[in-house]
Amino acid sequence: MNQNASSSVENQENHSIGYGVYILVWLSLVVFTGLTVAVAGVDLKALAVTVALSIAATKSILVLMYFMHLKYEPPLFRTLVVVVVVALATFIILTFLDILFR
Amino acid sequence: MNKPVSLTAEAHHSDETGAKLGMWLFLFTELLLFGGMFLLYSIYRSEHAHEFFLAATELDTFIGTVNTLALLTSSLTVAISIEALRRGSRKITIAMLIITIILGIVFMINKYFEWSAKIHHGIYPGGAKLLSMSDGEMLFFNLYYVMTGLHGIHVLVGLGVLSFMLYFVSKRPGKKINLDYETLSQIRGANLEVVDEKGQKIDDIGLIDNDVEDVDIKFKYAQVPSKMDKSNIIKLENSGLYWHLVDIIWIFLFPLFYLVS
Amino acid sequence: MASHSFAEPAHHEESYLDYKGKYGGIRSWLLTTDHKRIAILYMISILTAFLVAVSIGFLMRLEQLTMGETIVSPKTYNTFFTLHGIIMVFMFIIPGIPAIFGNFLLPLQIGAKDVYFPRINLLSWYCWVGGAIFLIIALFSGQGAPDTGWTFYAPYSTRTGTNVTLTLLAAFILGFSSILTGLNFITTIHRMRAPGMGWFRMPLFVWGLYATAWIQVLATPIVGITLLMVLAERVFGVGIFDPTLGGDPILFQHMFWIYSHPAVYIMILPGMGVISDIIPTFSRRTIFGYKAIAYSSMAIAIAGSLVWGHHMFVSGQSYLTSVAFSAITFLVAIPSAIKVFNWTATMYKGSIDPQPPLFYALTFIFLFMIGGFSGIMNGVLSVNVHLHDTYFVVSHFHYVMFGGTGFALFAAMHYWFPKMFGRMYNKKLANIALAIEFVGFNLLYFTMMIMGYEGMPRRYYDHLPQFHTDHVIATVGSWVLISGLLLMLANLFWSIFKGQKVGSNPWGGTTLEWQVPSPPPHENFEEIPYVDGGPYDFKNAETTA
Repeated sequence: MNQNASSSVENQENHSIGYGVYILVWLSLVVFTGLTVAVAGVDLKALAVTVALSIAATKSILVLMYFMHLKYEPPLFRTLVVVVVVALATFIILTFLDILFR
Repeated sequence: MNKPVSLTAEAHHSDETGAKLGMWLFLFTELLLFGGMFLLYSIYRSEHAHEFFLAATELDTFIGTVNTLALLTSSLTVAISIEALRRGSRKITIAMLIITIILGIVFMINKYFEWSAKIHHGIYPGGAKLLSMSDGEMLFFNLYYVMTGLHGIHVLVGLGVLSFMLYFVSKRPGKKINLDYETLSQIRGANLEVVDEKGQKIDDIGLIDNDVEDVDIKFKYAQVPSKMDKSNIIKLENSGLYWHLVDIIWIFLFPLFYLVS
Repeated sequence: MASHSFAEPAHHEESYLDYKGKYGGIRSWLLTTDHKRIAILYMISILTAFLVAVSIGFLMRLEQLTMGETIVSPKTYNTFFTLHGIIMVFMFIIPGIPAIFGNFLLPLQIGAKDVYFPRINLLSWYCWVGGAIFLIIALFSGQGAPDTGWTFYAPYSTRTGTNVTLTLLAAFILGFSSILTGLNFITTIHRMRAPGMGWFRMPLFVWGLYATAWIQVLATPIVGITLLMVLAERVFGVGIFDPTLGGDPILFQHMFWIYSHPAVYIMILPGMGVISDIIPTFSRRTIFGYKAIAYSSMAIAIAGSLVWGHHMFVSGQSYLTSVAFSAITFLVAIPSAIKVFNWTATMYKGSIDPQPPLFYALTFIFLFMIGGFSGIMNGVLSVNVHLHDTYFVVSHFHYVMFGGTGFALFAAMHYWFPKMFGRMYNKKLANIALAIEFVGFNLLYFTMMIMGYEGMPRRYYDHLPQFHTDHVIATVGSWVLISGLLLMLANLFWSIFKGQKVGSNPWGGTTLEWQVPSPPPHENFEEIPYVDGGPYDFKNAETTA
């Protein structure tokens, strides 16, 4: 009676992620947090935003891939997240086209 | 008359991927909701870089860092909680959920003190101090209140959801089957029995006569992984996804407001 | 191992309209999770809103019948065009086809018993109702209905004393209705297609709904947050768009149109999907270029999200931006054109069955093309300087939204009416109504195109003598159009109860919905079908009356 026509193999979710993996990810997140706070004290001028956002992005990717299981989900999910991020980036970039060139 | 009829729940209730897809789609709407505000932030910051720098010195980096660590840790605990539920370790699940909620409350308490301090100094929308600032500084704080405010509302909602999950998970795993009026009306006069796979009667439950209004059958399970209520696992996973999103939004809010200077 | 056994449940051959579930009476409708009943609930509420908005339009045209004051004051006229826009856009056109026909047909067309989240489906209807209630309160309390235009431009929207706050809340809640519908449809299409129905065996109406659903999910939150911030400005004094507080009003326009332009594709894509289903049925030929049409739906969704700045050419945005948006705007025409070519090619050498749905579909193509061409004209920068905020723009969007989506909705009504109610309407009346609507529509809106070209501004309460004749013609046109609308709706409404009964496939369609009884039973299919071919296979089809 299963109406599932999806062609992907049903991910049984029996890939038990060890608690250890989670703790490792958490430790990385804490380290990155420390890094971003430390870097904020350094005067990087224009580069400051880029560095801060890059670290934030890295932390987010860790949370997405491991805590939110994206790494273990069907590829569709990762694709969709990329689509959303690209959509948002596009809106921001096109708007900047106005602001920067007025 | 006694042909076995399957009482399957809707087939798609066991379709984890579908339920998860629905949740991710909802998360996308949240990403874009906050994304719109990040758009505004990035535009205004590019136009008022120096004032943003000035305004940000008013914010306490230490509390911001503590809050960041609190949320990051709460993400860890909720992730462990979900894994524990999959493994059937209900005690760990509950303990981790409680810690998650406590960390969330800590976050909100910090936020309360932060906001109170600002408001006390007149730095709030319409406040005297704020109106005396330069355009860029005003924009910084207006954005600060709107973005951390909306984020705070989401934290509260998340805490509510997690509390509900705590309640659901605390109940002993089991299943209840209800034979409602419609089903019973089809079998009135029948005798409810338990039969084995060969059709041999094992036990008598009772006669469904006209005075029977409702029949509930309850299963109570031992705490083993195979009997963990799947729908609870799906619900907890989706709640966790929501909580992680709240964490990710803060991961971006933190450097953009607290680390500008 | 023990098992429990029961007698076989009775066959649910009764239609979804008669089905007796857990609740009786009105509760069986207000608490339903049956997608078909939810579709009917939407139909009643959306058509009611439509008629209210039409009435406001009627009054607007009446005001323009004479120069100077005719029936209302300027302030009231402002609230008229604001409400007409808000109700039409947020309560009629955006939900219209997806909420009514998407809800009814999607599970049927993919061979499913319902949508993936039936209770969220019901919630989405209640969000619609909630938004409507807030709007009604906004009309009759405080300083009355908003007068900002449906576009709520800052800083006027943050300062005017009318009930903008309540209206923004209404729009926000209506947005939720849209998001939940989109979310539901995406999950349903991904997870509930019948065995054998790969992506390229779905009906093109489903492709239209799918592309639409993505825009609903991704674009609506942006306007959600924008409206929320205008709310915050009004209620808490948070200065985001207010120039006196350092804000930039043009940023409001950016954020507003980042949603509101894709919103028009939310409006048109389902309509195009309807046409893609109707044309093959009444040409008795498979669609020409299935994949091209499917891909073009996605292309319109993507490209259409990148052109919002063409609403802002004269706003003060940078010249570079205007050039970029103008260029991309021209590109969006291409996938739409692909559809029109393919529909035409489908009919070529087909066995044409002259039925009302086909006539409505052809009318769609004609009116939509005029709308589309006038859109391209608006997209030319130098021309836009003269046409912006004139009746030319008003004409353009009425051609695409009304002539396009509106008539596609009428086409859908006439195509799927027998399936939904098990009866047929009076076809002659349907055709006559269409003819009257067509004449009235063009009298009204083509005249506007000329007026706008000659300089008549929009949202103006009064007009100069040189435009007077045109205004009279347009107003008379509105009367003709409304007569046609009323005749059409009366025909359909009467036929719900008194129309001649029909069987499962009165049109000879090949998509799955025509294989179940009319009206369908509660669970749609007795057995989930196995699909082993494309959706428009007429070689092996049979017509059953």
